[in-house]
Amino acid sequence: MRAKFIEALTYLASSNKDIVLVTGDLGFGSFEQFEKKFPGQYFNAGIAEQSMIGIASGLAKAGKIVFVYSIGNFVTMRCLEQIRNDACYHDLNVNLVSQGGGFTYGALGMSHHATEDIAIMRALPNMTICAPSCSKDTYDAVLQLIDIKGPSYLRLEKANTNEHSDNSLSYEIGIPKMLKEGKDILLIATGGVVNEVLDAAVTVGDELNVSVFDFHTIKPINHHIILQEIKKYKYVVSIEEHQVNGGLGSLIAEIIAENNVDVFFKRLGINDELITLVGDQAYLRDNIGIDKNSIVSFLRNIKL
Amino acid sequence: MNSTELAYRVRKHALVMVNKGKSSHIGSALSMVDILAVLYNDFLNISPLNIASDDRDYFILSKGHGGASLYATLAVKGFFPVHELDKHYQNGTPFSGHVSHKGIPGVEFSTGSLGHGLPVATGLALASKIDNRNSRACVIVGDGEMMEGSNWEALMFAAHHKLDNLTVIIDRNRLQSFTDTENTVALEPLDSKLNAFGCYCLEVDGHDHVEILKALNNKDNDGRVKVIIANTIKGKGVSYMENKVVWHYKFPDDEQLRAALNEIDGDFYAS
Ligand SMILES: Cc1ncc(C[n+]2csc(CCOP(=O)(O)OP(=O)(O)O)c2C)c(N)n1
Repeated sequence: MRAKFIEALTYLASSNKDIVLVTGDLGFGSFEQFEKKFPGQYFNAGIAEQSMIGIASGLAKAGKIVFVYSIGNFVTMRCLEQIRNDACYHDLNVNLVSQGGGFTYGALGMSHHATEDIAIMRALPNMTICAPSCSKDTYDAVLQLIDIKGPSYLRLEKANTNEHSDNSLSYEIGIPKMLKEGKDILLIATGGVVNEVLDAAVTVGDELNVSVFDFHTIKPINHHIILQEIKKYKYVVSIEEHQVNGGLGSLIAEIIAENNVDVFFKRLGINDELITLVGDQAYLRDNIGIDKNSIVSFLRNIKL
Repeated sequence: MNSTELAYRVRKHALVMVNKGKSSHIGSALSMVDILAVLYNDFLNISPLNIASDDRDYFILSKGHGGASLYATLAVKGFFPVHELDKHYQNGTPFSGHVSHKGIPGVEFSTGSLGHGLPVATGLALASKIDNRNSRACVIVGDGEMMEGSNWEALMFAAHHKLDNLTVIIDRNRLQSFTDTENTVALEPLDSKLNAFGCYCLEVDGHDHVEILKALNNKDNDGRVKVIIANTIKGKGVSYMENKVVWHYKFPDDEQLRAALNEIDGDFYAS
């Protein structure tokens, strides 16, 4: 996904001198071409995330369209108040781009698990949040983000080997994609784990007829579209590579509760813990029950 | 065992671990092996026997990405069996790439996000002063890591509270994620910055065990935080890794591992 991000940004920067990429000393092997091509539009802020967001905000205040890049937690939590006060309150065009959503950096350990980022970013007014599920959508998200005024958060992961490649559905920020139409059960997922969910839905295809909603935009959302969709089902499940509290699951729960929708609802994700067990992304997804096989078993146990 | 032998064994373990785990940051791990070896062999009052005592010292590895060599040092020093190192970066184990204290005896504090260790070590040193204990706090930080403002905030606090029981060792290998620190966000003149912050600053060859120990034992800091700038080589000990940024990311394949181990053996037996 990172490759697609920089590809899109390179495309944009070639016709827009105001685009600036600021990195927190990350992106080795990916940004060198961009730096060479647009020397005045690329800066390494060093290993100093708080000042990085302040600098980005200053640049944006002066009219630049800034993309700030680092690993998940470093570009969101380490500099949270700078994001809130400087970027959000002043509604500046500071676009945070994180590599390593969820367990992308699995075995590197807890410090590199970005598992509360969506919840925290979601609490911030003015913030747009995109968590694309595939490389193609990442490209489209970047193209659309520069037209959205104000700060944004783009959550990237490794490209998944099982990425769904349904190019017929266009990507539009704010409009979730129905990747598979079924009935009875609606699976709502965000980010790369959408691919596990889709694989699971296909696997149970004959026994259960399941819908898969790619919830690639966490904010802003169109409550009306979501509500209409949720109302069609008996059972709704949210799946996220993130804490169940505060992120996608909470968002859906809020909509269901506030609209008195009569539906069974279950959140799958991390249950309020920082993961100590070491493992790669596939292992950790399995461990918290959001890989394809766990979702298949979960679905088979649903009593409708 | 002397510190040279400890360093030799740690380098070999770290290389094998990173090869087996297909993990990253071997250059960062190798650059501080000599510092770790002197700390654990000849300086720190920390052993598997006194780990529960109030008067022992504290050590934090703030550049947690170099964890492989800390894990190896602790294993060789008997905090846990050496064969446990086989678990590094393996699914279902406690051995994450960045240092973790959970399930790994001897690790004081989990790190991985840069700029955390020095402030925490400052808190440990302060607690020891409050309680009138002899415990000293030592922390290794990366030179690139010194760009984090939190470190300078903590140094200001430590100087203000005269924490002369705090020793900060900067692994000055000059490289960070892309390139040289001076071509990223220049740190120099580092020693005068540190002195201006009220620290007592020493500079050593970070691969010379005698110099390292002398600096650690130096008592001239006179109420000040001691900062040792240890000039090191990223990837030290494996010539094809030395001063090469890609070894921040790559792991040695089997053939590269063999060559690396041969070189480490050759250097050790020649010395
Ligand atoms: C807060 C934070 N920002 C960024 C990173 C990503 N990162 C890991 S290692 C590294 C470079 C570290 O350089 P240095 O401190 O000089 O240590 P070295 O590996 O060279 O010994 C970076 C930027 C991080 N781990 N934490």
